[in-house]
Amino acid sequence: MSKEVSQKRSHALQRREDIAGYSFMLPSLIFFVGFVVIPMVICIWLSLTDSNMHTQGGGNFIGLKNFIDLVKDEVFLDALWNTFVIVFVSVPTVTAFSLWVSSAIYKLKMPVLSAFRCIFYLPVVTGSVAVTVVWKWIFDNYTGILNSVLKTTGAIDANINWLGDEKYALWCIILILFTTSVGQPIVLYVSALGNVDASLVEAAQVDGATDLQAFWKIKWPQIMPTTLYILVITTINSFQCFALIQLLTQGGSGTQTVMYYIYYTAFKLTEQSGHFGYANAMGVVLAIFIGILSAVQMRLAKEK
Amino acid sequence: MENKTGNSKVYKIISLVVLVILALLFLFPLYWIVTGAFKPAVDIYAQKPVWWPSEWVMTNFGNLMNKRSAPMWELHIPFSRFFSATGESIAITTGPTVPAVFRWLLNTIFMAVAAMLLTCLTATMAGYALAKKRFRGRSILFGLIICAMALPKQVVLIPLLKEMSAIGLYNTIWAIIFPTVGWPFGVFLMKQFSEGIPGEILEAARIDGAGEWNTFATIVFPMVKPGVGALAIFTFINSWNDYFMQLVMVSSNVNYTIPLGIATLQAETSVDMGMLMAGAALASVPIIIVFLLFQKYFTQGITMGAVKG
Amino acid sequence: MKKFLALLLIGAMTLSTVACGGSDAPAAEETQQETTEAAPAEPAAEEEAPAAAEEAAPAGGDAASSITLWTYPIGKWGDEATVKGLTDTFTAKTGITVNVEFLAYADGDDKVNTAITAGQAPDLIMEGPERLVANWGANGYMVDLSDMLDDTDKSEIQAAPLAACTAPGGEVYEYPLVMTAHCMAVNLNAFKEAGADQYLDLENHTWTTENFIKAVEALYAHYGDTVAAVYCAGQGGDQGTRALVNNLYGGSYTDAAHTAYTWNSPENVKALEQLKSMDGIAFDASLAGGDEIAKFYQGVLKMAFCWNIAQQLDPNAAGTGAGLTITGDEIAFMSFPSETGESKLQGGIWGFGIFDNGDAARIEASKQFIKYMADSEATKDAVIAANYFAVRSSAEGTDLSTIWADNDIMNEYQVLMPQLGDYYQVTPGWAGQRTAWWAMLQKIGSGTDVTEALTQYEGEANAAAAE
Repeated sequence: MSKEVSQKRSHALQRREDIAGYSFMLPSLIFFVGFVVIPMVICIWLSLTDSNMHTQGGGNFIGLKNFIDLVKDEVFLDALWNTFVIVFVSVPTVTAFSLWVSSAIYKLKMPVLSAFRCIFYLPVVTGSVAVTVVWKWIFDNYTGILNSVLKTTGAIDANINWLGDEKYALWCIILILFTTSVGQPIVLYVSALGNVDASLVEAAQVDGATDLQAFWKIKWPQIMPTTLYILVITTINSFQCFALIQLLTQGGSGTQTVMYYIYYTAFKLTEQSGHFGYANAMGVVLAIFIGILSAVQMRLAKEK
Repeated sequence: MENKTGNSKVYKIISLVVLVILALLFLFPLYWIVTGAFKPAVDIYAQKPVWWPSEWVMTNFGNLMNKRSAPMWELHIPFSRFFSATGESIAITTGPTVPAVFRWLLNTIFMAVAAMLLTCLTATMAGYALAKKRFRGRSILFGLIICAMALPKQVVLIPLLKEMSAIGLYNTIWAIIFPTVGWPFGVFLMKQFSEGIPGEILEAARIDGAGEWNTFATIVFPMVKPGVGALAIFTFINSWNDYFMQLVMVSSNVNYTIPLGIATLQAETSVDMGMLMAGAALASVPIIIVFLLFQKYFTQGITMGAVKG
Repeated sequence: MKKFLALLLIGAMTLSTVACGGSDAPAAEETQQETTEAAPAEPAAEEEAPAAAEEAAPAGGDAASSITLWTYPIGKWGDEATVKGLTDTFTAKTGITVNVEFLAYADGDDKVNTAITAGQAPDLIMEGPERLVANWGANGYMVDLSDMLDDTDKSEIQAAPLAACTAPGGEVYEYPLVMTAHCMAVNLNAFKEAGADQYLDLENHTWTTENFIKAVEALYAHYGDTVAAVYCAGQGGDQGTRALVNNLYGGSYTDAAHTAYTWNSPENVKALEQLKSMDGIAFDASLAGGDEIAKFYQGVLKMAFCWNIAQQLDPNAAGTGAGLTITGDEIAFMSFPSETGESKLQGGIWGFGIFDNGDAARIEASKQFIKYMADSEATKDAVIAANYFAVRSSAEGTDLSTIWADNDIMNEYQVLMPQLGDYYQVTPGWAGQRTAWWAMLQKIGSGTDVTEALTQYEGEANAAAAE
């Protein structure tokens, strides 16, 4: 009897939680489902078809043909490789660099600290397109200031075609991405380090721990949540390099990325049959990789 | 001991020198934009780069202003084509004709602020629900959010474009705003923050008879405000820089944002660097001023949030 | 934190004032309220429009009161003030307003394709047959304009451009307005300084491949740096690199029937290997056509392969004087070098096309616009705005053959027009092969064997042509 009552009550309780939960979720869900989930489902469907721009319908179902073609498409494989080079180079370097800068500046006096923080944050607020346009001029093969400076100082003999040479172009893009990515992590780390319990560090130092030991044993665990957040936002940032590619190299000089190649296939290669289906298949592949990456990041975070 | 402090002093000095050099390098692009915007054509086209304008001129801004024009303001009512008499989207146009860059700037501000407010509101509510409400389907939903939050929008380029066209939002600023709001990173962030709210407080409020909404508005929201701040800044900047969506979703000059406008100018005349720098300056200086004025909030807001995690 | 809330509040207020500024608008006096596509002038006509569309109203039916025109930067057709002058007179005459959007060559195609995908293509588009006929026309997006051409028109318009604007099935997808021959240019002062001007035939504006090679050697000996660039950062201006490669040893780009690409011929291999081997010439993957012009205008490069009469009249569209670089060096336009000195120049044809948006009223209004711009007394101004030659001798009684009579540069440029080659840009797969072409040049520039690169990318181009 009493068991029944409590079961009823727990049912009622669950119902209440459901209603409350979903009411709070609703506004967000409308946007999430409407502009992420539904397009994603359509994307998966289209990736199995030969849909293209000219047939406004869904195209014919062709199974996994697009994916089989992708595996054989050298441009796509290059693009996938470059995408991961960008992410796997920029995420650790951004994190390490910002941690180093932050530990070097967080104990400085306020105006100095804040000046440094501002300067490293500036490229973030300058905006990616404005930054890209100015870097294009800096990297210019003939009249760019970088070549001019390097030549005057004798570092190089002949102009280097920064954005036109396969050896350099991708690294130039990573560099620009880097300058626009470190701002937020530095700000985050500075405050996180400032919040580390100073007495613990002092205690460790009294016990004879070196600075490095104190850092790894005391500070590092305490700033771990910040590090996780930084890893997540830097990963997101690194996938946002579309503007750089489109405005600087249009995917040439060995800088093709999946993000740009999707756009390119969709709206430049309109004569290729089934190009919409093909572009969507790339999207699906990229989504799978990113989903795995995010899940791994979360798992690691949970273990810590 | 003596030796150690000595070492660390040397290290400190070296690292400070390196930092100053790095800071100068980080400042350089901005310096180049600002000086470039005021350089006369002779400097811009000089074969050897000119470090300082030989003469400060406004011609680049003049060229930029004369390039395109647009009415000062226009607002598309979202979904209006479903109830308008003509079947066309309703747009309200007003104001004098001005250089299009000002219109682009207004569009961009409207876009970024709207995306920021909508995201903060919806994500805070959803994050709270995910953290504190034990509703069914919660973990599946959260898993979905985790997987989707790092997705670049290029993945759903074609379906999203067709969807926007189907609901009549293509070529309006809303087509950029809504997907930004839908991207679930904000929900994830706010969930992390809401985890930190002690359950007892919520329980106490419930026992006191406070309604769900009341609890949210008076107890939860104040507690997660630092997180909202972090999210607001993140969304504002990301939305401002979301060049890709702007490129794909908007086709007329009057609906351009400033990044898109500059990118278009560069595609058209990749050659007039002076004009491009003037555009870049106009695009970045307002937001830099906002940043410098509210610097404290930019840095403070993010901080408190992230440490809790 | 209160302050932060205040910040949010400020944000909200900005938002609402801006938004309210909009919704309060009808009260304000100088306000005009309009829908995106329809102008305020004639709401009645505009309401009739959809009905007319459903019944597929016969030609000559009601015209919409507002249309959109997307134009590529064709001379001053890329300049807002000039185009506004032209459309304003059209609006004054017909009451139809024209909303103009300006496209760039770098990403204009993507924008049009995006709009087509979103079902919101413009009404009118201004470009050449390679896009209007071979691409969008062939895929069924364009309106057949053959009913606009009567026998008088056909006798007035030159046969070659009209043929290029006509699809194989006889549909005319582009109403041609202007044409020119694309050429190259040299910095005469630099050539003189390096003693290379002896290799130029400045009277006929021609030179031989042998002299071209000698000139580059002389220039390189004098300047010790890149003097000309085979630009390949993208498809912009690729007519220049095509013409250069094809003419050097008499290669061709497509077969005569315009069905397949013929890049991998011994002549083209020889030409590319020659270019690759020359010290003063760089395959530059950081430049597209527009950048090359800028570098030439700047005096860095001593030759430009992306040139035509519009550039000669207003180098770099900078307004610093016809035929002069920024530093005042004299620019001479030249035909592309070939073994005989007689080369085949790439033609450029520009005109208007109409996207079939299923709305008869808007198509009718667009036809009125084309008629006004391309076949009326106003055509003269439309042609002059483009800075090119008219494709027709006269339009509705206005003589067009003499409009450039008092312009010396235009007259001089006439020597190149007889060298106009085959208009092969209507070969199927045109848009696809363009991306293959610059990708191939990049590969060659970065060291891939010429024959290997040509084989691979010619294959890609022909695959695009076959689809």
